[in-house]
Amino acid sequence: MGQEKVLFIVFAVIAIASALNILLQRNPLYSALSLIGTLLALSALYVTLRAEFIAAVQIVVYAGAIMVLFIFVIMLLNVPKDQPQVEKQKGLRYLAIPFAGLMIAEMFYVLRPIRLSTLPPVPSGNAEQAVGTTWSIGTSLFTDYLLPFEVTSVLILMAVVGAMVLARREGD
Amino acid sequence: MTNLLLEWVIKTIVILLILVTAVAYATLMERKVMAWIQMRVGPNRVGLGKFRLWGLMQPLADGLKMIFKEDIVPLQASHWLYIVAPALSLIPALMTFIVIPYGSQITLFDHTIELHVTRLNVGLLYVLALTSVGVYGIVLAGWSSNNKYSLMGGLRSSAQMISYELALGLSIVSVLLYTGTLDLVEIVEGQQGFHGLAWNIFHYPLLILVFIIFYIASLAETNRTPFDLPEADSELVAGYHTEYSSMKFVMFQMAEYLNLITASSISTTLFFGGWNGPFVGRLPLLGPVYFTVKVFVLIFLAMWIRYTVPRFRYDQLMRFGWKFLLPAAIVNIIISSTVILFMR
Repeated sequence: MGQEKVLFIVFAVIAIASALNILLQRNPLYSALSLIGTLLALSALYVTLRAEFIAAVQIVVYAGAIMVLFIFVIMLLNVPKDQPQVEKQKGLRYLAIPFAGLMIAEMFYVLRPIRLSTLPPVPSGNAEQAVGTTWSIGTSLFTDYLLPFEVTSVLILMAVVGAMVLARREGD
Repeated sequence: MTNLLLEWVIKTIVILLILVTAVAYATLMERKVMAWIQMRVGPNRVGLGKFRLWGLMQPLADGLKMIFKEDIVPLQASHWLYIVAPALSLIPALMTFIVIPYGSQITLFDHTIELHVTRLNVGLLYVLALTSVGVYGIVLAGWSSNNKYSLMGGLRSSAQMISYELALGLSIVSVLLYTGTLDLVEIVEGQQGFHGLAWNIFHYPLLILVFIIFYIASLAETNRTPFDLPEADSELVAGYHTEYSSMKFVMFQMAEYLNLITASSISTTLFFGGWNGPFVGRLPLLGPVYFTVKVFVLIFLAMWIRYTVPRFRYDQLMRFGWKFLLPAAIVNIIISSTVILFMR
């Protein structure tokens, strides 16, 4: 077995185990910590796929910023352990099964072509311009995908402005 | 392959030992600098037998003392997280150093050795990722101690880290616009020339403003005064590590000094030419010397600031980060990119 395969199995097992742990934990803080474990393991998997930029950005943005905010909110609210949330509508629980099935089917449909493709070859000449480096991602973001990139930034700007309007108290 | 692996292992161990020693002596340096600024003598007793050696053995005595202290876990604490938290703040602090170059290359036993552990295509992002993960140690320590002062320290720390990370990241963008690479080794190699004095800060004078923003933000990221709100001792006892004792407390202290050393090393690498200096081309061994001197000058600056400037109030800290540092960093990006556009 090649080195990459061993690494893949190790980090895939970590990712799935911590993903399951998110659901099984009763304490929201432990769930959030497991989510960080999943994100870190995914970032390790990106490194084995030679996408170092995505791996680093995954940690900087998700594990380093968004999850810190999650944990900040959980700590601030500090839900008591011995008060489990009372389920109000029992029937909704069974509605989850068809939706989960639908999502899994969708995932298989989307991932079907990927199973057959292989990794891009290790760059021989110009390592700077290989797929997955900062250079190639930046170039394609600002040439081929310029319109989606700009539209996304406008969307995020709208979300930021909206959040500020909602959070603003009267008389401020 | 095995040769390369052996080289990595040896370099990592050497770096680890040097860093741990540097941390121990940074604590002595801090006490000495504080004493000088406050017109006292500082620790000067611990030496070897009859020789006092200006207190040079103080860190060893401190370390020995801390090992023999009682290790307490509070009854109401969240047991596992309480134990894991110090390691979570120490490990990322130690991991950052592998991408920082501290010299060009030397020849030892007919074998050329590059003076950096490894080089990453995304070296700078790797450092940013680790500093952003390092906050969890502090946050979890504050939460798991089950103590209101600790919790306040942890909360303040997470808010402060998020706020100042933005200014830190955006100030680095200005540097990247000039250097055009994220690889720290390449950034330093780009500053060679003019007798080893073509440092970024001399080459592009606009970077002085960027350096000031970067330095202030990195002081906040490493929880140094005037930004030491997470452990503000006048209001929070000792903040997030109130309940910690013995070696667990030492691990938090080590992480704090390691972060200071790392922040100073990154400043040196980005702005002050890394290991570059006069005659370094002829004598490669001068590289690590220049690097160490520059790093310790920046550490001295941080200590000087600590004993001169009073602590911010919490709302002042937030206002300064969001309403001054962040806009200033963005304005700097705009100015830098305009300058580059007209230079080419």
